[in-house]
Amino acid sequence: MGIIQRVKKPTTRKGKKVLQSKEPKPIEGPKQSLFIQGRNPSELTRKLLKDIYDLKKPDAAYLSRKNDFVPFEDATLIEKLCYKKEAALFGVGSHSKKRPHNIILGRTFDYGILDMIELGADKYKAMSEFHNMKVMAGLKPCLIFNGPTWDLNQDLKRLKSLFTDFFSREKVDCIRLQGLEHVISFTATAENIIYFRSYRIQLKKSGQRIPRIELEEIGPSIDFKLRRARLGSDDLFKEACRVPREIRPITKKNISRDAFGSKMGRIHMGKQDIQRLQTRKMKGLKKTPEEKKQMLLKRKKERLAARQAQTAAAE
Amino acid sequence: MDIVNEILEKEQKKAEKYKPITVEKHLELELDIGTLLASDTNDLDTKALQANKDDYLQALTRDNTQLLLNKIWELPTERVDEAIVVRLPEPKTVLPRAKPCPKPKALTKWQEFAKAKGITKKKKDKVQWDEQLQKWVPLYGFKKAAAEKEKNWLIEVPQNLDPMTDMFEKKASEKSEKVAKNELQRLKNIARARKVKIPRVGLPVTSDKASATQLDTAATVAKASTASLGKFQDKLPKEKEARGKGIHELIPGKERKRKLPIPTPQQERENNLNMLDNILNKRPKIDMDKAVAKHINDEQVHRSEEKKNTKPMKGKRNFKTKPKGNNPTNFSAKKPKAGKGQRNPGKKAGGRKRR
Repeated sequence: MGIIQRVKKPTTRKGKKVLQSKEPKPIEGPKQSLFIQGRNPSELTRKLLKDIYDLKKPDAAYLSRKNDFVPFEDATLIEKLCYKKEAALFGVGSHSKKRPHNIILGRTFDYGILDMIELGADKYKAMSEFHNMKVMAGLKPCLIFNGPTWDLNQDLKRLKSLFTDFFSREKVDCIRLQGLEHVISFTATAENIIYFRSYRIQLKKSGQRIPRIELEEIGPSIDFKLRRARLGSDDLFKEACRVPREIRPITKKNISRDAFGSKMGRIHMGKQDIQRLQTRKMKGLKKTPEEKKQMLLKRKKERLAARQAQTAAAE
Repeated sequence: MDIVNEILEKEQKKAEKYKPITVEKHLELELDIGTLLASDTNDLDTKALQANKDDYLQALTRDNTQLLLNKIWELPTERVDEAIVVRLPEPKTVLPRAKPCPKPKALTKWQEFAKAKGITKKKKDKVQWDEQLQKWVPLYGFKKAAAEKEKNWLIEVPQNLDPMTDMFEKKASEKSEKVAKNELQRLKNIARARKVKIPRVGLPVTSDKASATQLDTAATVAKASTASLGKFQDKLPKEKEARGKGIHELIPGKERKRKLPIPTPQQERENNLNMLDNILNKRPKIDMDKAVAKHINDEQVHRSEEKKNTKPMKGKRNFKTKPKGNNPTNFSAKKPKAGKGQRNPGKKAGGRKRR
């Protein structure tokens, strides 16, 4: 669905700037996310999405209107809205007898659906039900994935990547130690139940430099059940994970380091000209003036020929 | 010795006062400090999980967080604006991008040409000094048109033109043509970048005069397109047919064919023999679909004729002439009855199970 190159020129300068801002960039900012209501969202799903929206807040949008659509059957609405809002992550809440309290989380690549995973919220305790201090908005949380199932199941593997994408926020170079306040833990059991918990970190004295960690649950606390999943093909995923050339680290050739950390370099020498090699001078090998003259003449001729060849090649 | 023991005891007491920061794990955690992510692949304690879910999860997460933060606290610290910060390593987990990697923009035809010739863009001032108006006039954009109007309030009609021509109108049309040409070139550049085939534009649009070759080409092409059933318009005296690159492509049905070189006797003989072989070895082509359809049609006609000629038998049948029971092409008028056939308990009947 991506725009390759517009044929029509933008009429205003502002329009031009908007289009430019939508063009792909080598380094992307944080992914924006979008929360949409599906057909008949239950009170629970609405609250749940709102809680996730609160966790994601500076780069998220919450659309409260109901939309009569089924993402697994026709995802064009999501693609359209994601294009409009420049969002790459989305969450849809719906409720039906067959699939009660349904949450669909997913992401897009190039304004087309990449992954879409359906989760059923079995048990849910909202953030507001925990009466304690919450964390600051916009903090980068620590993510903890518990359980061996995360690496065994293909769906869960992708869900892990999706959750990381959803909550890990922007890539940062450095982080304030006191700013490590929030942990989100995802625990997967063998029965494909995912426990979503969120805690506030309390740094306690330990008598050492490294503090002792204590946790306090701040919510939301959700028990998810894995339902349907529509995962993008491996080719598409690989294409999406491609690192642009601008960021790719440039490897310097012929430089290596050995086990002790000392720098080693490999040098390529040209072919040695033995004819011109200076050997030991002897009186008997010295050239006579006549020979010298001939040699100079020969060299001159060679040079001329080379120049002619060069001009011919240039023409 | 007493002093040493005392100090050791004190230290131990101090350590006992605080809870430990070490965590024992069967399998080590996979840490990605760049994204602040830890994954614990140790088996979960299902009993504890069922008995007291929330407490177990909190304890498990606490342990793993402790391990993650221990690693973070070990990183070298810096001081930025009275806050202690830690430089994080590059994240290990690769997350998909939102949009594909940007591709380098395709060069326009002019840019390609300039690159080949080594022409670089010269920066021009946005305003220029106008001697006539004695003021700075913008090169383009805001207030340019006003300055132009002020400057060219009168345009002389050149001698070679009709004295009644409106020079202002002429100038405006020239400009609009320039704009149109520019737009066409832009579209062509886009088409080239997308590798779309575009139809050739026959004749270049010119405002004033066409060159002799252009007129020649136009006349030749027009003659080809107005020809009817091989009849062309009459030639004018001294008229020449346009020649040159690209003209033949403009005229439908007139593509240049390269003449083959004259074959040697040996080659000619071989060619002729090949041709003869080709003709002799030809087999009639069979259209399988048609043949099958014809065969089926024949069969049907034959059958219907037979049906008309032979009267339906009554009563007993002649068993000798009757084909064997399991023949699928047994088109008898009678309805099949149950219980007459042989039973095969091993064979499963297809379809839905009926009860």
